[in-house]
Amino acid sequence: MSSEVVPPSTLLPDVSSSPRALRSYLHGLPGVDAVGLEARAAALGTRSIKTTAKAYAIDLAISMIDLTTLEGADTAGKVRALCAKGVRPDPADRSVPPVAAICVYGDMVAVAKEAVAAAGGTDVHVAAVATAFPSGRAARSVKLADTAEAVAAGADEIDMVIDRGAFLSGRYLDVFEEIQAVKAACTREDGSRAHLKVIFENGELSTYDNIRRCSWLAMLAGADFIKTSTGKVGVNATPANTLVMLEAVRDFRRATGVQIGVKPAGGIRTAKDAVKYLVMVNETLGDDWLSPEWFRFGASSLLNDLLMQRQKLSTGRYSGPDYVTVD
Amino acid sequence: MAHQKFAYAPAPESRAIVDLAPSYGLFIDGEFAEAADGRVFKSVSPSSEEVLAEVARAGEADVDRAVRAARKAFGTWSALPGAERGKYLFRIARILQERSRELAVLESLDNGKPIRETRDVDLPLVAAHFFYYAGWADKLAYAGYGPDPRPLGVAGQVIPWNFPLLMLAWKIAPALAAGNTVVLKPAETTPLSALFFADVCRQAGLPRGVVNILTGYGDAGAALVAHEGVDKVAFTGSTEVGKAIARTVAGTGKKVTLELGGKAANIVFDDAPIDQAVEGIVNGIFFNQGHVCCAGSRLLVQESVQDEVLDALKRRMETLRVGDPLDKNTDIGAINSAEQLARITALAEAGEAEGAERWAPACELPESGYWFAPTLFTGVTQAHRIAREEIFGPVLSVLTFRTPAEAVEKANNTPYGLSAGIWTEKGSRILSMASKLRAGVVWANTFNKFDPTSPFGGYKESGYGREGGRHGLEAYLAAADVPAGGRGHGEGEGDR
Amino acid sequence: MKAPGTTTRLSVQKTYKLYVGGKFPRSESGRVYEVTDSRGAKGSGGGQDGGAWLANAPLASRKDARDAVVAARKAVAGWSGATAYNRGQVLYRVAEMLEGRREQFAREVADAEGLSKAKSAAVVDAAVDRWVWYAGWTDKIAQVVGGANPVAGPYFNLSTPEPTGVVAVLAPQDSSFLGLVSVLAPVIATGNTAVVVAAERAPLPALSLGEVLATSDVPGGVVNLLSGRTAEIATPLAAHQDVNGIDLTGAGPELAAELEAAAADNLKRVRRPALGEDWTADPGTSRLTAWLETKTVWHPIGV
Repeated sequence: MSSEVVPPSTLLPDVSSSPRALRSYLHGLPGVDAVGLEARAAALGTRSIKTTAKAYAIDLAISMIDLTTLEGADTAGKVRALCAKGVRPDPADRSVPPVAAICVYGDMVAVAKEAVAAAGGTDVHVAAVATAFPSGRAARSVKLADTAEAVAAGADEIDMVIDRGAFLSGRYLDVFEEIQAVKAACTREDGSRAHLKVIFENGELSTYDNIRRCSWLAMLAGADFIKTSTGKVGVNATPANTLVMLEAVRDFRRATGVQIGVKPAGGIRTAKDAVKYLVMVNETLGDDWLSPEWFRFGASSLLNDLLMQRQKLSTGRYSGPDYVTVD
Repeated sequence: MAHQKFAYAPAPESRAIVDLAPSYGLFIDGEFAEAADGRVFKSVSPSSEEVLAEVARAGEADVDRAVRAARKAFGTWSALPGAERGKYLFRIARILQERSRELAVLESLDNGKPIRETRDVDLPLVAAHFFYYAGWADKLAYAGYGPDPRPLGVAGQVIPWNFPLLMLAWKIAPALAAGNTVVLKPAETTPLSALFFADVCRQAGLPRGVVNILTGYGDAGAALVAHEGVDKVAFTGSTEVGKAIARTVAGTGKKVTLELGGKAANIVFDDAPIDQAVEGIVNGIFFNQGHVCCAGSRLLVQESVQDEVLDALKRRMETLRVGDPLDKNTDIGAINSAEQLARITALAEAGEAEGAERWAPACELPESGYWFAPTLFTGVTQAHRIAREEIFGPVLSVLTFRTPAEAVEKANNTPYGLSAGIWTEKGSRILSMASKLRAGVVWANTFNKFDPTSPFGGYKESGYGREGGRHGLEAYLAAADVPAGGRGHGEGEGDR
Repeated sequence: MKAPGTTTRLSVQKTYKLYVGGKFPRSESGRVYEVTDSRGAKGSGGGQDGGAWLANAPLASRKDARDAVVAARKAVAGWSGATAYNRGQVLYRVAEMLEGRREQFAREVADAEGLSKAKSAAVVDAAVDRWVWYAGWTDKIAQVVGGANPVAGPYFNLSTPEPTGVVAVLAPQDSSFLGLVSVLAPVIATGNTAVVVAAERAPLPALSLGEVLATSDVPGGVVNLLSGRTAEIATPLAAHQDVNGIDLTGAGPELAAELEAAAADNLKRVRRPALGEDWTADPGTSRLTAWLETKTVWHPIGV
């Protein structure tokens, strides 16, 4: 993926010039009415996606998955199995596209790179969570080292978490600068750069207004992707909080010409859910975002449900868990 | 939309669930019967121009027969304990829920509105309305209209075509709860759901004559309103007809409530939640093809955010899906009739002729049926016809303002006063605007919301009386402290 | 008063005038009509019928009605925008002023309605008490008829009553003062402004009421009092497009039907006349609610 993000200073030069300037910019964004937002997300969720549209959506969703394992119990064996699954989701059906990326902790990056390559997944990326994921509570030097090591190990993408404590206490510029610093740490020796996804942890930001502000903050600081959540707290991606972020990337491109990706993560388990998200992308952002380059699902169990639905569509029979692999 | 990457395949709701007979009679005294003079008319699906069924056309003799049937039923019905009347209404509410899919499909066929709306809005509200008023039937003494409020007698009710079954529910539920019997005339372009409702009454075991349905044209409605056996007139429809009804009942003892036209201002301030405001604008004018008396047909946008709002609005309008009402993904269905389409077309042409700028998203309209693309006019002033006259279609007139005072002045500068919208994140401004707008319903940071508990009705030429809530009972009760002859029709509020 | 050695003092008679926009104009038409007492010709008044001359009252024209509507409209914003507490105090002040003029009103009512001194005094007392009653309603009616609606969704939903606007009031013909007060006070208690057509043959208590209102902190234009032929004045009022409501109490059945039909042109709120209304009975709230519109405001509830 290219790193075409223009330095934020050239986008909106004054915004990050001082804590006060950033604060007043973010607080000057239009508010979000929670009830109206949720009603819109729910209404889009009633779209009826059938036959050809469903087939398209299922394959698109598969190709957008960041197939994820982020457990304390992760081992090389587990990661290898996941990589094989990501590269070839349905061993019985070669027409199934590979997922977009395998998402692991930093220490598993090397294993994952090797396993993906071994499975022949030339297009499947390896993403690493970094910056003291999931809490983000560590010294900045630790977070930067965390990032740099994952990049050095070959990570194509870095999923960082923001300092929610700083955000909630109003220290927006600290968050902004940390994102910039992590982005700098994403640069490889050859000058190329790992793709940076910035995780907000929407459940902790708590309000839609905060999510919109955080979206703009992250985009201005240079995020390539904005991501809803770690999957480790009570509230993860929801249609409504993802919709706020979709609106933010839409408005950001209108304001700056720069396109940013969105990744809802956590809690998206069924094909039906995934299709609802794709409908939101389709009707909020349109064709330009309907590719793995600009939209991802952070998920693990979602893939198997998509595969079962895919089998149902192609055979006309309902499938079952014995007909998809457990990895 | 075929050029899009993610094009939605057709997702039609099955119409097999509706079993339409080739012809229907009038529902009088618990039985279906032909019109006395044998006249019939056809109900046509506005999305295909297909004839759905032939329906009896009521004349004066039929009106007289229905009113007499209702009169005969009134004695026993009004004498029933309220709890028993309530139980009938509860039954009706439940049967409506059971048959909601069937009725939703029928309504979409006959009216042209999208199944998404009939399924998610009309039918749930219809059932909820009966459920709400069912509970009032044995609590009338606590409604604030005196210790022993009495029903009025026979209610003659004339309803419009835009929400056929919902308007029926708004009329019949409070009337029956209060102990009245009814003769209801649905609109000539949408008679079918009322006839199916007659079958719901049969299933509920409702005593004969309590509900009578007369399908027909305006002449039948006029005869019903004028019939001397009618004690109460309730009408929803145009202001023009509403005025004629008010003249007809002048000097009689008939109590009247009227729910008429509107030209609502939907006011967007520069500190509005823009994305939700755009949804509210779209919902305000394109919901139900704009066939809504409380539609937000005048967008008043603060000049400082005009460009931003209009860009967002146009972008949003481009995603509206116009077409087959039975497709579950359709946002905007068919215009209800050829006549209405002609009216909308003429007013839109007047808008252009008067110099307003017309815009509509590219959208393919079906070949047969009556269709009008969602349309926006900018550069509209208060002097334009499209800013003053009710278009009753998917046509939005955009005006601008600079200050809150100017917004109030423009919003109120109309003989209508049904509804208004306010979009701002500033609480005190909402309350200030809400108190200054001369409208019966004010939606702040939302629009087109309805609920059985929430009184609905207009100021000024938008009519009088309220439907919904405790207030809605007042229209069907004789207040204890107003002598019989003194029942006026201005009592928009309760009598205690 | 007789001074020794002089003749009987000639009393100073009052020139009765209209009360419009806080001022006391004569009819723009320059017309007056003779008002007589009803002794000896009870219920049918008029010099020709044998009653004694009381005064020449202004015979208001359609243009006087028009001017009164203009004055009433102008007063709407201030009066409807005043706090309910303030309106209550102003109405109570009217009662205070009336209390001080009880004897005058008792005399006028006795002349107008042919009542005994005791009866007319009782009528005036009842009228004063009625002002007090309505003064107390100003800040309570909204709580009684408005309230929160428990809608099925995340919305705050509140219904509140608001004044209808300008109300034309045809005062009852049979009760020149208590009846008048009973129809007028609820109109203004609820924040409306009024154009009142006084009892045709007994307008003097009404015109004197104007003098009380003018000295009672009631803003000019809130109440406008016209005397003359009810049908002549009421007809343009019923058809007037800037009048929002009309109380037909003082109209007979035929006139009421005509006026109601005319009122349909702009869908005025109409209160029909009732036969034999008992002005001493508990008035209830229907005369308050007749001139109120219910406004329902929705707002989402979300964080």
